[in-house]
Amino acid sequence: MFRYFIIRILRALLTVALVVTFAFIVLRLSGDPAYSIMGDNASPEALAAFRKEWGLDQPLWNQYLHYFAAIVHGELGQSMRGGGPALDLVLSRIPATLMLTLPALLMKLAIGIPAGIYAALHRDSLIDRAVMVTAVAGYSVPSFVLGLALVQLLAIWLAWLPTGGAGSPLHLILPIVTLGVGGAAVLARFVRSAMLEVLGQPYIRTANAKGIPWTAVVRDHALPNAAIPTVTIVGFMVGNLIAGSVVVESVFSWPGVGNLLVVSVAARDLSVVQCILLLVAAAMVLSNLVVDFLYGFLDPRLSNDNTAGRH
Amino acid sequence: MTVQHPIPAAPASKIPATLSPGRLLTIENLTVGFNGVRVLRGIDLTLARGEALGVVGESGSGKSVTWLAALGLLPKTAEVSGSVRLDEDELLGLHASRLNRVRGGRVAMIFQDPSSALNPVIRIGRQIGEVLARHQGMSGASVRAEAKRLFDLVGLPDSARRIDAYPHELSGGQNQRVMIAMALAGKPDVLIADEPTTALDATIQAQILDLLTTIRKETGMALVLISHDLGVVSETCERIMVMYAGGIVETAPSNLIFETPRHPYTQGLLAAVPPFEGAVERLVPIEGQVPHPANMPTGCAFAPRCSRHMSECEKIVPPLKSIAAGRASACLAEEGAQAERHSSPIKSMSA
Repeated sequence: MFRYFIIRILRALLTVALVVTFAFIVLRLSGDPAYSIMGDNASPEALAAFRKEWGLDQPLWNQYLHYFAAIVHGELGQSMRGGGPALDLVLSRIPATLMLTLPALLMKLAIGIPAGIYAALHRDSLIDRAVMVTAVAGYSVPSFVLGLALVQLLAIWLAWLPTGGAGSPLHLILPIVTLGVGGAAVLARFVRSAMLEVLGQPYIRTANAKGIPWTAVVRDHALPNAAIPTVTIVGFMVGNLIAGSVVVESVFSWPGVGNLLVVSVAARDLSVVQCILLLVAAAMVLSNLVVDFLYGFLDPRLSNDNTAGRH
Repeated sequence: MTVQHPIPAAPASKIPATLSPGRLLTIENLTVGFNGVRVLRGIDLTLARGEALGVVGESGSGKSVTWLAALGLLPKTAEVSGSVRLDEDELLGLHASRLNRVRGGRVAMIFQDPSSALNPVIRIGRQIGEVLARHQGMSGASVRAEAKRLFDLVGLPDSARRIDAYPHELSGGQNQRVMIAMALAGKPDVLIADEPTTALDATIQAQILDLLTTIRKETGMALVLISHDLGVVSETCERIMVMYAGGIVETAPSNLIFETPRHPYTQGLLAAVPPFEGAVERLVPIEGQVPHPANMPTGCAFAPRCSRHMSECEKIVPPLKSIAAGRASACLAEEGAQAERHSSPIKSMSA
């Protein structure tokens, strides 16, 4: 069990390092921030001064080593555009993003999991088909289309809700629903297939042959096994709490991390973009670690050091 | 010569006017279909108390489906009709809550691959505890004590420690012992063992079969041993039922089925098995293939592969007919041959 986690923690750190490296290379190749931040009319001297100030005149490998060393020391650089520490800027936007993504996550879980279980238990029934049709629709419609459609319907035609921006609880509803619907659909489909897989296993037949009531068979025998694959996808959703709402934040002009990312990419504010990518990677990797940890609990076959008779 | 055998002679084909007190389970005209395709074509059989019945057949012969249908363990899409009675109680169509009192209680079942038949994420002590709680009304410490006793009974080594083990921590043979212990936990009147040794090594096979025999003698429960292996069932069971393409083709006491198989299919099966002793002669395979359930011949299902097949065989489905005390065979050629056999000195399996 211990070795299982050490290996996973090392792997997680390696993943973050790879993401940071990749982001660094791609961003340096994608354009010179001097132009976008100083403007097209800046004099060559001003551009040169800007490049010198941010170390952009250095060879790429040199920039990379400096950047990496700084990260290891917890130094994430200054915003090229607005000044001030990039990390502070990003962190200041996180609460706004979580105000959308956390309720949306709850909505995904509260709708997706029961719908998937119900559909699997009533396979091929009318309700199963209805759930699956809704689910396919829910996850094949892009979030910006759904978002705009909801705005058109509820904000413009019915005028019940604001079209975008922040300020009141009413502003939260449309972005949360837009985020939640797709995720709930994905989860419903996934849980359904996980349950169907489990319900076809021989140990379910054994449980039935033992004369256990069906509700207990589902609760004690099917759900714990179906939870194992489901934890993976829920972990992915948790890891996406910070970065999962880029499109929706843009659609609803929501002042969160996603919005900051779009603006920073457009402006080539490299340190801010890198900072966001690092946080997103860290969040994803951390939630994956938690998932691996949960696996160890949910599936005794993984923590294989013979725990029998320890107590 | 009159053949004496230890079991109550109840010809499987006929329903006696009075119910015999020894009769435990009665199956009448049991049919099973999937999507309109019949895979079980009207099974009639009786199981006496304490009897050991061996069910032999190839995969797809319906030998497992019969018992899964009897216990309501087939998928909901299966079309089941006929009658399955435990004593006087009809099991088919029984409400789930009442059926669950029978399943795991009076009728227990164990399966082919014990490692996948046990839930991988639940400790074996809890899995057996479920049966004890449900069918014996036990709780708390008594569950654990009884689980340990049952594990000892089935010869699971180091039982006190193994109670907290997960199935993947045990071998296949040990898991099958756990399955048997779990079956015994409900104090069953009959244990249905569906190919219990097929997934196990040959040496473990013998141990598990010995265990089943010992337990049966000690508890007096009936045993239905389903296998594709005639050798396996003949050593464990008193009576053997041979199935082919969803029907019973022959039933006989196990000692006689080797000596004088009556149905051409049984004869073919035995010709395809190497002898236990003596020089191995050339084995004779049964030509052809088992017909697909959706494409069953109109007459006898075995007719296309049968060496003795006559023109009537393609028209009439031969009924399972009593041919001697405790013996029945479903073959038209057999009926015709019976008159001759009366005078034959060689095959004196007289009626």
